[in-house]
Amino acid sequence: MKSASIKTLFGATALGLVGLAGAAQAQDIGACLITKTDTNPFFVKMKEGASAAAEEAGINLSTYAGKYDGDVETQIAAVESCIASGAKGILITPTDSRALVPIITQAREAGSLVIALDTQFEPADAADATFATDNFKAGELIGQWAAATLGDEAANAKIALLDLNASEVSVDYQRDQGFLTGFGIDVKNPTDIGDEDDPRIVGNDVTDGSPDGGRTAMENLLQIDPDINVVYTINEPAAAGAYEALKSLGKGEGVLIVSVDGGCPGVKDIEAGIIGATSMQFPLLMASKGIEAIKTFAETGEKPQNSEGLDFFNTGVELITDAPVDGIPSITSAEGLEKCWG
Amino acid sequence: MSDTQKPARKSQEFEQTLDRSDKKVAEFNVARHTPIERVQHLLHNNPTLVPVIVLVLSLVVFGLIAGGRFFSAFNLSLIMQQVSIIGMLAAAQSLIIITAGIDLSVAAIMVLMSVIMGNLAVYMGVPSGLAILVGFAGGAAAGLFNGLLITKVKLPPFITTLGTWSIYYSLLLWLSGAQSIRGTDIDENAPFLKFFGETVELAGARITLGSLLMVMIFVVLWYLLNKTAWGRHVYAIGDDKEAAELSGIRTDRVLVSVYMVAGFVCAVAAWASIGRVGSISPQSFYEGNLQSITAVVIGGISLFGGRGSIMGALFGALIVGVFQSGLRMAGVDVLWQVFAIGWLIIIAVAIDQWIRRVSA
Repeated sequence: MKSASIKTLFGATALGLVGLAGAAQAQDIGACLITKTDTNPFFVKMKEGASAAAEEAGINLSTYAGKYDGDVETQIAAVESCIASGAKGILITPTDSRALVPIITQAREAGSLVIALDTQFEPADAADATFATDNFKAGELIGQWAAATLGDEAANAKIALLDLNASEVSVDYQRDQGFLTGFGIDVKNPTDIGDEDDPRIVGNDVTDGSPDGGRTAMENLLQIDPDINVVYTINEPAAAGAYEALKSLGKGEGVLIVSVDGGCPGVKDIEAGIIGATSMQFPLLMASKGIEAIKTFAETGEKPQNSEGLDFFNTGVELITDAPVDGIPSITSAEGLEKCWG
Repeated sequence: MSDTQKPARKSQEFEQTLDRSDKKVAEFNVARHTPIERVQHLLHNNPTLVPVIVLVLSLVVFGLIAGGRFFSAFNLSLIMQQVSIIGMLAAAQSLIIITAGIDLSVAAIMVLMSVIMGNLAVYMGVPSGLAILVGFAGGAAAGLFNGLLITKVKLPPFITTLGTWSIYYSLLLWLSGAQSIRGTDIDENAPFLKFFGETVELAGARITLGSLLMVMIFVVLWYLLNKTAWGRHVYAIGDDKEAAELSGIRTDRVLVSVYMVAGFVCAVAAWASIGRVGSISPQSFYEGNLQSITAVVIGGISLFGGRGSIMGALFGALIVGVFQSGLRMAGVDVLWQVFAIGWLIIIAVAIDQWIRRVSA
C-alpha cells in the first residue's frame, strides 16, 4: 500500500537533512542526541536538557529525531552521520530496541560512547550504558497504588489496559507488566503483553500514546465490559483520551485512571482529579547525565556504571497523587508541578 | 427492418443478389451475457454497490461472530462516531481523487487548523466563533496553496502534497510547541470548540453531532458533484483533463477550487475533531491521510480519477470502522486488524480493475 512508499520517501528526505546537519559540526568534543520524535514533549524536553548541559560543558551537540515512533531508517541515518562526523558520544532513544543494535555496534567500534536514553536496547549491553526510568518500577508503583486504593474491592476489579502499539516495545511491556505486577496479577511472560488469563482483565487495546487513540481504545474496551473501573494507560495523553470516552458515557466519576510520564498537562490532570496517579520520570536528568558521561569519557576514557542490581542507570521515578496511600511514598500534584517536564 | 408488409416491386436483375444479403441496418450485440458479465455491468453502472454489499455483509458476519452486543444501536452509533473524523477527511480526499489527484496533506491541514483554533480561543481569548472562522479560512488557504502549486507551478499532486504535508506538520508543531491543549482548559475558556462532541440520544443510540456533520458533508458534496455544473466539470477533469479543457472547461480554475473546498472540509473536520478527541493534540491523526485514502479506495473510488461516487468513501470509512470494532469484540489482536484492512484495500482495488475492464 501507499504507506510504505511514503514512509520510505520520508526517510530519504530526512536522510538528506540529517546529512546537512551532520556536516555543519566540527568542534573539539562532538556529541549526538538522537530522539524518537520531535512531537512528544518528553523528547522535546530531553533535547532542551541536553542542549543546555552541552553548552555548559563546551560540547558541540548535534540533534536528530525520527519522523514518527518506529522510524528506524531515520535513526540509522542519524547514527551514520554521527559516525561520519567522528562524534565522541551518541545519546539515543532507540525507536526499536533490536533493529538499531547493528548500527550502534558500528558506532562503538568507531570509538564512540553510546548511551541509550529512556529505552533500553535488547540486549541492554549493546550500548555502553543506559540512562532510563525504571519503567517496570513506574508501572509497579501505579499498580500498587490502584490496588491499595480499591482495598478489598481489588479482588473484583475490572481492568482495561491501554498500551502503546502493536510492536510491543520494551517501554510498553515494562509499564504494562509492571502495573499488573503491582496490582497483584500473574503476568506469565513479563515481556509479552496480553498473555495473562486473570479474569479481572477486561482487555488490552492500543492508543499510539495519543488522546484520539486513547479515546477509541477506551470505547472499544467499554463495549466488551461497561463496568470497567480501573484503567491503566501508557502515558497521560492516552489517559486524557480515555477520560473523554468515560465522561461521554456518564462514567466520569468512579473509575480509577493511572498513567506514567509526569508531563505538566498530566500533572494538572491529577490536580483536576481526572487521573488518579501517575509515575513521573525525569527526561532532563537523563539528558544532562548523558552529556556529563560523554565529557568524562572524552577526557578520561571512563565509562558510566549501572545502578546496583539493574542493567541500567536508574534516573528515578516518583509517584504523583493527591490521594496518597500508606506504604507507598508519593508527592502531591502541587509538588509535582514544580518538577514536571513539558 | 422488415419490409414484408409492403409488396415489393420486382427488383431488377442486378439487384436480386442483394435480396439474399443481411437487411439489418444496425444491431446491438445480442449475444447472451454470462451472469458474471451482467454483475460486472451492474457494478460498472453503480460503483457504490460493492462497498454497500461489503458493509452489509461485514455487519452480518460480525453480528454473528460477536453477538448481539455488536449489533446494538449503541455500538453502531459508536462506530459512526469513531469513523466520523476520518470520514470527513475521506470526503475531502474523494474530491481530489476524483480529479485523478491525491492529497497527502489532509490530516496535517486538519490538525494545524485545530491547533490554530485552540491557540486563538483558549490561550488568546479570541471568541470561539471567530477562532473557528479563522480556522476555516486557514483550511481554504492551505488548500489554495496546494492547488496553485499543482496548477501554476505544474507539480504533480503527490509531490506537492508530500511537501505541504511536511510543511503544515512542522507549522503545527511550532504553533503548538508540541504540547496538547488540555480538555479542561477548553471546557473553561472555549467550550464551543467542543460543540460537535455533543450527543443526541435516540433509541439507545448515542449519535454525536460530529457523526451527523460527517453525513451532512457527504450529502452536500454529493449534491455539488452530481447536480451542479462544477461537479460535472470535476468528474470530466478526472476522466480526461485535456478533453475537458478542449470542451471549454477552465480546468485550472476548477482544480484550484477543488483543493480549496477540500482544505475547507479539513478545517470543518478540525472543529469536529476537538469535540471528538476532547483535547487538541499535535500527535493526533498522524496517519489520518493514509486512513482517508484507505476509506476512499475501499469505497470504490478509482485512484485513476473520474469514476466513483463520493458516497462510496462514506461506506469505505464505515467498513473500516465495522472491521475494527468487530475484530476487537471478537478478541482479535491489533496486528490482525491491520492485516485485515490491508487485504480489504487490495481486494477493493482488484475489484475496481475488474469492473473497469467492462468498458474496454
